[in-house]
Amino acid sequence: MRYLPLTDADRKAMLARIGVSSIDSLFRDVPESARFDGGYGLPDHMSEMEVGRHIGALAARNMAAGSVPSFLGAGAYRHHVPASVDHLIQRGEFLTAYTPYQPEISQGTLQALFEFQTQVALLTDMEVANASMYDGATACAEAVLMAGRVTRRKKVVLSGGLHPHYRDVTQTQSSYLDIEIAGMGPDLSGEEDLSGLVDDDTACVVVQNPTVFGHLHDYSELAARCHDKGALLVAVVTEVISLGAVMPPGAMGADIVVAEGQGLGNPLGFGGPYVGLFATKQKYVRQMPGRLCGQTVDDDGRRGWVLTMSTREQHIRREKATSNICTNAGLCSLAFTIHAALLGEAGLTELAQLNHATASALAERLGKIDGVEVVNSHFFNEFALKLSKPAGEVVSALADRDILAGVPAARLYPDEPALENVLLVAATECNLAAECAAFADGLAEVLQ
Amino acid sequence: MTHSTDLRGRGEAVEGGDAIETVLGHRGLQLEEALIFEQDSAGSSGVDLPTAPEAPDRLGTFRRQGRIGLPGLSEPEVVRHYTRLSQKNYAIDMGLYPLGSCTMKHNPRLNEAVVRLPGLAGAHPMQPVETVQGALALIDELAHWLKELTGMPAVAMSPAAGAHGELCGMMCIRAALDARGDSKRRRVLVPESAHGTNPATAAQCGFTVDPIPANAKGRVDLAAFRAKLGDDVAALMLTNPNTCGLFEPDIIAIGSDLHEAGGYFYCDGANFNALVGRVRPGDLGIDCMHINLHKTFSTPHGGGGPGAGPVVLSQALAPHAPLPWVVHSGDGFALVEHEGDAGDAKPFGRLKGFHGQMGMFVRALAYMLSHGKDGLRQVAEDAVLNANYVLAGLEDVMTVSFDGPCMHEVLFDDRFLKGSGVSTLDFAKAMIDEGYHPMTMYFPLVVHGAMLVEPTETESKAGLDAFIEVMRSLAARAKAGDADSFISAPRLTPRRRLDETAAARKPVLRWREEAAE
Repeated sequence: MRYLPLTDADRKAMLARIGVSSIDSLFRDVPESARFDGGYGLPDHMSEMEVGRHIGALAARNMAAGSVPSFLGAGAYRHHVPASVDHLIQRGEFLTAYTPYQPEISQGTLQALFEFQTQVALLTDMEVANASMYDGATACAEAVLMAGRVTRRKKVVLSGGLHPHYRDVTQTQSSYLDIEIAGMGPDLSGEEDLSGLVDDDTACVVVQNPTVFGHLHDYSELAARCHDKGALLVAVVTEVISLGAVMPPGAMGADIVVAEGQGLGNPLGFGGPYVGLFATKQKYVRQMPGRLCGQTVDDDGRRGWVLTMSTREQHIRREKATSNICTNAGLCSLAFTIHAALLGEAGLTELAQLNHATASALAERLGKIDGVEVVNSHFFNEFALKLSKPAGEVVSALADRDILAGVPAARLYPDEPALENVLLVAATECNLAAECAAFADGLAEVLQ
Repeated sequence: MTHSTDLRGRGEAVEGGDAIETVLGHRGLQLEEALIFEQDSAGSSGVDLPTAPEAPDRLGTFRRQGRIGLPGLSEPEVVRHYTRLSQKNYAIDMGLYPLGSCTMKHNPRLNEAVVRLPGLAGAHPMQPVETVQGALALIDELAHWLKELTGMPAVAMSPAAGAHGELCGMMCIRAALDARGDSKRRRVLVPESAHGTNPATAAQCGFTVDPIPANAKGRVDLAAFRAKLGDDVAALMLTNPNTCGLFEPDIIAIGSDLHEAGGYFYCDGANFNALVGRVRPGDLGIDCMHINLHKTFSTPHGGGGPGAGPVVLSQALAPHAPLPWVVHSGDGFALVEHEGDAGDAKPFGRLKGFHGQMGMFVRALAYMLSHGKDGLRQVAEDAVLNANYVLAGLEDVMTVSFDGPCMHEVLFDDRFLKGSGVSTLDFAKAMIDEGYHPMTMYFPLVVHGAMLVEPTETESKAGLDAFIEVMRSLAARAKAGDADSFISAPRLTPRRRLDETAAARKPVLRWREEAAE
């Protein structure tokens, strides 16, 4: 077996050194009845080539959104990741390191985390950010729990523009805690007004920008209303590239910003692993969940970095911890950081504008097709269409032509008949003119 | 380029410090590297983009105003920066990484290759299911492996990490209690030696935590456990092998007593590497167990994640597994994403944005197929053999906390350092100068100054012999009274000991322009 260095001669010598006659005597604490010698319904080992072919055959059964005209978004976005990102994250020193618990020999991971935290704070326009969460949806749930700790209140309002997966994860994680969640119905029109729902018992209001239907909002007034009532505004961003062009939540007065960072550096990968971003105000930092990297000096007075403020965390606080989380999305956050470093201010701004222009041009074109109505007046790179036919049927028909047309709203809201004909369409820098043309032509045919 | 930053940092060298002075602070291959924010070349970028089409502006008043503050660097500068940073890390690719309870084993590169196949890396989670049959088949195949290896009937695939898997398992238990109308059971028994995530998870599910003491042999004190049983006990959370590296020999009695008292049995599967291919947790009477794919099944730790923590479930808990899941449908596969499609099942909700850590599933399946059932059995045997070999090589010079044999990891404590002036931390830092990543320190909490060593099965005998030689030499040096060399360690690393107290007292969590001036 190619991954196991011990030879039979080694094993024999080692057993002799230990002073036992067989490997079984090392397992002597295992009760007889628990030693499984029956048959596992599993194959024996395979060569590298065979494993490669087996998984290659599975991969070949998928239509890859990366390889055909694809307009899917709804929380996961196809972007071009520069080749150097994937090269750098595969350096063994990054890929095969553990959590940086020994800072003297982990400065690479730690410095990259410090850069990540700074980038996230800048992008969201917030004061501080943590070292990442599992994904955007779990970050949203953690934000709600944190708002409860900060305000010592239990009422939570979730906007109808919030991605339903984020809503569900938040509700699930709060199910057994003393939190009351009011979830609004889907806000297709983008006209929802939540200010009347904020009262003296409200811990937080959770909004998304752009919303799951693509609408853009300025939540400054809602933030002010929350603050008047002693509540927090939690803002969710599911497409991180939008922060290169759209007013950031920090500028609107948000207290906690959570985001899905997949769009920078990370492939679609059928839904994971992704990277959750979590940013807040300095004054709330001790209520923040997740790992934090902080700057300090070493014994020679040189600048360096360590994991810090771990007294919030489970390995110290146990059942009183701010969260049970004990990992971050290390390698995904590194990919995020390297991609953002490559783009820089000029590159990210241009990339965001390119996404917007591509989506805007596509919306113009699709809007002229009979049976298509563009719902949004303002959007970033994703918008909603009302079609003359059920969106699920249209998507299937276009998939037969090797076009992935978008996400039917009914996939996210199965119990909302009013959304049956609504299609969520995203366009990114990957959708060059020929892809957009193929989509428009295909859609026109399918709707005839 | 504004490379004028003082690379040596902003502090003053400590009087009498023995750092070698060079012009820029570099020391041969140890290259100092400023933050990217200190290397800003305004207007530079490391990417070239296609030209944007002509289109109306749909951002209007929502457009971002002012600078974001990101630095501009070209591709060569970025590549060099992160290459230099990487060289400041220790990694399993470089040497033995004996972190107990973390299972730092070799990460095969085949797994990195297959996860990047376009059909997998490029698949969107919301594609029509008929276009992702290969991805669903892969999840189903991995689920089959996990169920076979554990002897359990069901598995929830979506948890993102071990602690997330714990949350999944404990929520299943809470949902099962609620479904049978049992609202009295709110107490969860957790051994003192447990990972901190166990009590933290129980608290997140609205349970209170009741610790169980360990006996003199490092196992659950059976009498104390029995005394704590009652009609308000929801569950026991037990790690097996436990965090002392020992199998719980009474586990079958523990499970049956617990079930008789009406509680559920949560097993923390962090240490499954000791058992895989030899012992099926399902035969031990457990109701659920998370499996850290990043431990037992070698998906890379990546400097702290991402992980993956699928949870195997008993028949009693399976109906409460979270959405979504894969089902066989006709001649293919389908995804159950909503409660309305869940049939008789009563899912407790949703734990994650999409379907789970697919990239980790692909790597784990490649690892399992490479080993096969025969190779996985060898994994557990070699992991246990290697740990016992380290135990045998060190037991006369270090203090083994509990009598062996151990399983996949061996626990020492600091009694052998008594009177030497050297602490567990000092000993660990001295290991760094010898070229090793230290073992897990000060965990578990049941012994003083714990040192938990887990070599894993991917270390050679020669590698273990060298490690044993170093550890023996350090132990001898400590006992000979050379405390100073430990207290000042490490001396040969990119940074020496860092001031963690200052970091926590006045947190500096991001770079700021003004702070750099």
